[in-house]
Amino acid sequence: MTSNTNLDPKTASEIASHVEEPSQTELRAPRRSALNVLGWARENLFSSAPNTLLTVLAVSLLVWAVPPLLGWVLLKATFLGADPQACREAGGACWSFIEVKHRFILFGLYPHDEHWRPLLAMGLFLSAIAASCDPRFWNLRILAVWGAALPFCGLLMWGGLLGLTFVGNDKWGGLPLTLILATLGIVLAFPLSVLLALGRRSDMPAIRAICVGYIETVRGVPLVSVLFMASIMFPLFLPEGMTIDKLLRAQLGIMLFTAAYLAEAVRGGLQALPKGQYEAADALGLSYWQKMGLIILPQALRLVIPPIVNQFISCFKDTSLVIIIGLYDLLTTAKTALSDPLWRPFYIESYVFAAFIYFLFCFFMSRYSQYLEKRLNAGLKR
Amino acid sequence: MSDPVILLDQVNKWFGAFHVLKDVSMTVGKGEKVVVCGPSGSGKSTVIRCINRLEEHQKGRILVGGVELTSDIKMIERIRKDVGMVFQSFNLFPHLTVLENLTLAPNWVKGTPVKEATETAMAYLERVRIPEQANKYPGQLSGGQQQRVAIARALCMKPKVMLFDEPTSALDPEMIKEVLDVMITLAEEGMTMVCVTHEMGFARTVADKMVFMAEGRIVESSPPVEFFSNPKTERAQQFLGQILGH
Ligand SMILES: Nc1ncnc2c1ncn2[C@@H]1O[C@H](COP(=O)(O)OP(=O)(O)O)[C@@H](O)[C@H]1O
Ligand SMILES: [Mg+2]
Repeated sequence: MTSNTNLDPKTASEIASHVEEPSQTELRAPRRSALNVLGWARENLFSSAPNTLLTVLAVSLLVWAVPPLLGWVLLKATFLGADPQACREAGGACWSFIEVKHRFILFGLYPHDEHWRPLLAMGLFLSAIAASCDPRFWNLRILAVWGAALPFCGLLMWGGLLGLTFVGNDKWGGLPLTLILATLGIVLAFPLSVLLALGRRSDMPAIRAICVGYIETVRGVPLVSVLFMASIMFPLFLPEGMTIDKLLRAQLGIMLFTAAYLAEAVRGGLQALPKGQYEAADALGLSYWQKMGLIILPQALRLVIPPIVNQFISCFKDTSLVIIIGLYDLLTTAKTALSDPLWRPFYIESYVFAAFIYFLFCFFMSRYSQYLEKRLNAGLKR
Repeated sequence: MSDPVILLDQVNKWFGAFHVLKDVSMTVGKGEKVVVCGPSGSGKSTVIRCINRLEEHQKGRILVGGVELTSDIKMIERIRKDVGMVFQSFNLFPHLTVLENLTLAPNWVKGTPVKEATETAMAYLERVRIPEQANKYPGQLSGGQQQRVAIARALCMKPKVMLFDEPTSALDPEMIKEVLDVMITLAEEGMTMVCVTHEMGFARTVADKMVFMAEGRIVESSPPVEFFSNPKTERAQQFLGQILGH
């Protein structure tokens, strides 16, 4: 039982009789009369002096914040078709700014008439992500899905074939760019992080030293400087005349950075497993990779879903730092949309819009991790 | 006499500066049942864990089925295929069902097709008397049932020898018998076995040889009748006195 709801005696005794095998679905929802609500409030909101104080504080905070917020977002806001002048007079949020600028914020400098291409590519990309989230696809099928989706996305984004005009990736921007950087960053960083974590626990001193060195170095510097190095230092090491695309450099930087952090999360899972699991796998004659792939990692990764997803979310938001090497990710386009002198005052709307999109994705990841934990632990009582 | 299945020749092992095994020599012939006993910390687990290289020995030779254990990983994996091991704490894989626990190694290590591996697994589950639990997860079974699954898991690899490291010490008293019964049946069928156990009733029934260890040495090695009625050393007398409650 998670809540200490004021249950009526009958329900309470039902619970008592179920203590042996608690089954949530069998419990009847407590009846709520007006009296019950009062009782609930007394028990949960005013049970002690500090509790009462906190309740009063929380309520006054809501009273202070909610009405003005509601006024700005809805009541005094202007919606479709309003010009900047009308917006300023209304005094609330100017949502017509989003109406006018949303295509630039979403797609950046991508040619206006071709916006259907990144839109379609994003649809494909998101479908592939959705498929990856379904455990039924956790086999070779997932490779087929991405194998089909990625070239298609590439074709749509770049074009240059089948009558599609060519659009260089210096023109890419907005949400597609953020999604690409984050997803590929995560997808590529994950296997690398598993290898780094395994390497850090390896018996071979050279491998261990390399992995420890890598992880500690990368963790010791901020992403901003990794991106900076990726954009300025990388080219210095390349042979004369050879260049690596700026987008690719940013992508590599994000991936290499994320991998170091993920590796530590994965290592936590490896360490949490009892030694007996390693020994049982060894005793059966499994090779190192069989042991890791079939026995250790499936259990270890399950244990560290929360920190892993945490890292995914963090990676998604950190892609906004590519602004420093001049890429137009979602946050940058939101900011650039404001350079239009007509609409300059409406920066809050612009950032709220971008924040809302970030939130949607991050919230999805967070809910998905909860679903995954439940699903993977079903039937696995330790 | 044919070659011994296991041969330990002057085996020494150190944990850091601590000398755990001192000149341990022992042979186990085909079909022979050896019971290893001795006070806690005397190195019993370490000896049998050296036999399948869960621990590495530093001096002396260990041969399993005529093959010497070296740091060559291919040899180690080959030997492990032939050596089944049962742990005190079961060590079943909790994320796999009982059946998957049993078929995983035959399938991946020996390349047995899943269908055949499943048939073998079901046959062994019958033998340890829990075929109805095949699709449950280990966490849903009692300790005694888990240990029987662990025995079946080792048997599914068709090993030449089985090692048991105190297989009943983590069990509640009422479950000890069900596990020992399975082990006795196994012994009667002629399996070569090395058992570390304090179950002296079991030892009397099945052992061909008792090995008594103290402080990293084999102090006595004799047939059970002799060992129980007339232990030669004072250490063994003391130990038997304590364990048999005289
Ligand atoms: N991994 C290890 N590192 C250091 N000392 C160990 C290790 N494993 C066991 N020992 C020590 O070696 C001795 C023998 O251990 P063990 O073989 O487990 O004894 P037994 O099984 O007879 O109780 C004990 O003193 C124990 O503390
Ligand atoms: Mg022991």
